[in-house]
Amino acid sequence: MTPLVLALGLSFAGAGAAHAMEQPRFHMVRGEIDASQSDDTDILTWEGDAWMGGDANRVWFKTEGESEDGEVRSAEIQALWSRNIADFWDLQAGVRVDLEPDPTTYLAFGVQGLAPYRFETEATAFVSEDGDLSARLHQSFDLHLTQRLIAEPYFEINAYAQDVPERDIGAGPSDAELGLQLRYEITRKFAPYVDAVWESALGETAGIARTNGEDVRTASLRAGIRFWF
Amino acid sequence: MSRALALLATSWLLLSPPAFAREYTLVIDDARVVVAGRAADGMTINGHLPGPTLRFTEGEEAIIHVRNDSDAPTSLHWHGLFVPAEMDGAPGFSGFQAIEPGQTFTYRFPIRQHGTYWYHSHSGGQEQMGLYAPLIIEPAAPETNPPDRDYVVFLSDFTTEHPDRILNNLKVDSGYYNYNHRTLGDFFRDARRFGFDAALRDRVAWGQMRMDPTDIADVTNYTFLVNGRPPAENETFLFRPSDRVRLRLINGSAMTYFDVRIPGLKLTVVAADGREVEPVEVDELRIAVAETYDVIVEPRDDAAYTIFAEAMDRSGYARGTLAPREGMAGAIPDMRPRAILTMADMGMSADATLAPTNGGAVDHSQMDHGAATQQSMDETGANQNAHQGHDMSAGLGGDGGADGSGRPFGWGSEFPADARVLSYADLASATPQADTRAAEREIIVRLGGSMERYVWTINGERMEDAAPINLAYGERARLTFINETMMAHPMHLHGMFVQIENGMPAERLPDKHIVSVAPGQTYSVLLTANQPGEWAFHCHLLYHMTAGMMARVVVARSDGERAPQQNHTAHGGGQ
Repeated sequence: MTPLVLALGLSFAGAGAAHAMEQPRFHMVRGEIDASQSDDTDILTWEGDAWMGGDANRVWFKTEGESEDGEVRSAEIQALWSRNIADFWDLQAGVRVDLEPDPTTYLAFGVQGLAPYRFETEATAFVSEDGDLSARLHQSFDLHLTQRLIAEPYFEINAYAQDVPERDIGAGPSDAELGLQLRYEITRKFAPYVDAVWESALGETAGIARTNGEDVRTASLRAGIRFWF
Repeated sequence: MSRALALLATSWLLLSPPAFAREYTLVIDDARVVVAGRAADGMTINGHLPGPTLRFTEGEEAIIHVRNDSDAPTSLHWHGLFVPAEMDGAPGFSGFQAIEPGQTFTYRFPIRQHGTYWYHSHSGGQEQMGLYAPLIIEPAAPETNPPDRDYVVFLSDFTTEHPDRILNNLKVDSGYYNYNHRTLGDFFRDARRFGFDAALRDRVAWGQMRMDPTDIADVTNYTFLVNGRPPAENETFLFRPSDRVRLRLINGSAMTYFDVRIPGLKLTVVAADGREVEPVEVDELRIAVAETYDVIVEPRDDAAYTIFAEAMDRSGYARGTLAPREGMAGAIPDMRPRAILTMADMGMSADATLAPTNGGAVDHSQMDHGAATQQSMDETGANQNAHQGHDMSAGLGGDGGADGSGRPFGWGSEFPADARVLSYADLASATPQADTRAAEREIIVRLGGSMERYVWTINGERMEDAAPINLAYGERARLTFINETMMAHPMHLHGMFVQIENGMPAERLPDKHIVSVAPGQTYSVLLTANQPGEWAFHCHLLYHMTAGMMARVVVARSDGERAPQQNHTAHGGGQ
């Protein structure tokens, strides 16, 4: 639990700093939670973002994870201090804590913003408590089919600078995710969606998975809701 | 009991000493407001939304007691009036502080002008919540040719959402209120009309800039009101056929521009922002937020005429009726399509792209609304820098017309081709300007912002970070507004009028307290800094102002005094 305490402590400190720096306070809490089935297993996936602060300085929280038949298989939380550095870009630094599969704490450092052609972009580097270096890139794009029906293709890739044997990860690109979310915004703040996701292990990591007799590629169709307030 | 007293005092009382003083008591309160069946936590002045119309005669002394019965600090600002700086009512400027709950503040100032004005709160989002009302000043000498009827047509936008929530929504998602995004279907319609390549290049160009050509208004979900009444309640103004009727149009909206017309009647514009202008006959006019126009209409038929004010983003309309009798209604026209912005709206016409430009001249021929003089941009340069290097020829709509889904291209292009629409270039002061000096120096006012973060700036800074704009008392300066954004900004200087350099001779330049600078355009105005004090200078779109688009203009006298500072507390408290 130490990492979690650390993360919470950092975020409270950050929130205090943001409060001291700027008067107008804004906030956002967004969540996505969806369900799917694979080989008779009920899979629940969640993703959440929250921020508070002013125009220049914000505190961000991010979480994502997955459970199978009610058992949490992966769960991570990030607490980041976010500083606006250009019209469309924030610099972010903080900690990431993985609760599952094996509890690990990382330092996180990256940028988040809107790239040209309106690609929502997150690029983050992580250094684990064991000194392992990894990076993640996530991009998405909103395509309006109608004013409320929105297709959001997205893409994520993870890469490692070294082998991480305890996680069955090899150096190089380790896994990628390609998805298409189709959501209907009943209001801007509440939208049911379906999400077609294709995931694949890559490179050495894929080789390790094959050796272990695990699936290298999975495709799933999820149904869920997205909300923010 | 005090409420009843206050209400009694609302009807004006002429107090004996000093002579020619007119006194009002205004009570500001929180209230549950219901408009067109929509309930909201609003605010009222003397129990009303809009508040009571204040009437004065030029030369009088105004004495206005403002009691704050609400739970929040408040203020009232006299929009467009010459007042001593500490009576202007913008908290944080010239020593004026917000009126705290339970306190009374007495405003006292001589009335030095006449015409159509208004007043509103200058605290946070209270203007959105209902603290606004007309302020009408009669000339000292009776009018030579007074109209038969004289009506105030006060336009406003009402929403049930709290202003803090609206701002938060915009900070999270600046497109939160936009339900006019370009869709995949629009793409194919454009592709059919202009070719696949042109449509794709257009999408690429907008995408490269990370901007949205459909962003005409940031906030919607409004009910639009005439004198506080929604369209269904049909605010009615009576006339007898062949009456000359003066309509004092005031746009007291937080965020909404209106296109105003009365089908079947010409509008003769006789005053702008309270100042008389040479009469101009038009079919319609676009009234920016916080502007006022006096128009004369002469309905000849024994029939009802609809006063139709459609919001610029076509999300709705305000409506009233000119009628010979109560209970009549004219036909309500259909709203016309909303515009879609083009690269030319960013000051980037095809010509500007092809020219070997060092900063690029702004192509004023693109402007349908509000012409300004051809200003050389050489000194400023900065105008185009942010967007240089993009292929502007990619944009659709360089030649006008409409997009695949029927939206006309370009800001201010929504009017029929044969309609005569008021332009700033039409405005000529009816009385000669006292000061016709050339400007001694130019002050650049760059209007900028980041739509994505919903931050709006003047010269790159938010109000919190900005240095004041300093003027010497008596100085004649040119303010050059360079709008680097995709939105129009109704820029408002407190305490003084500016004269728009609209091509009229120097002595006929029109006075304005609002200068609506169209997207991507550059307008210049002249200013005689003859009112000492610290003045607020801001975009009058409420959420642009609260998101930073505001600055401090300081007119300092040569002796170093900023303004005759009066002690606020001398007026405050328990009166």
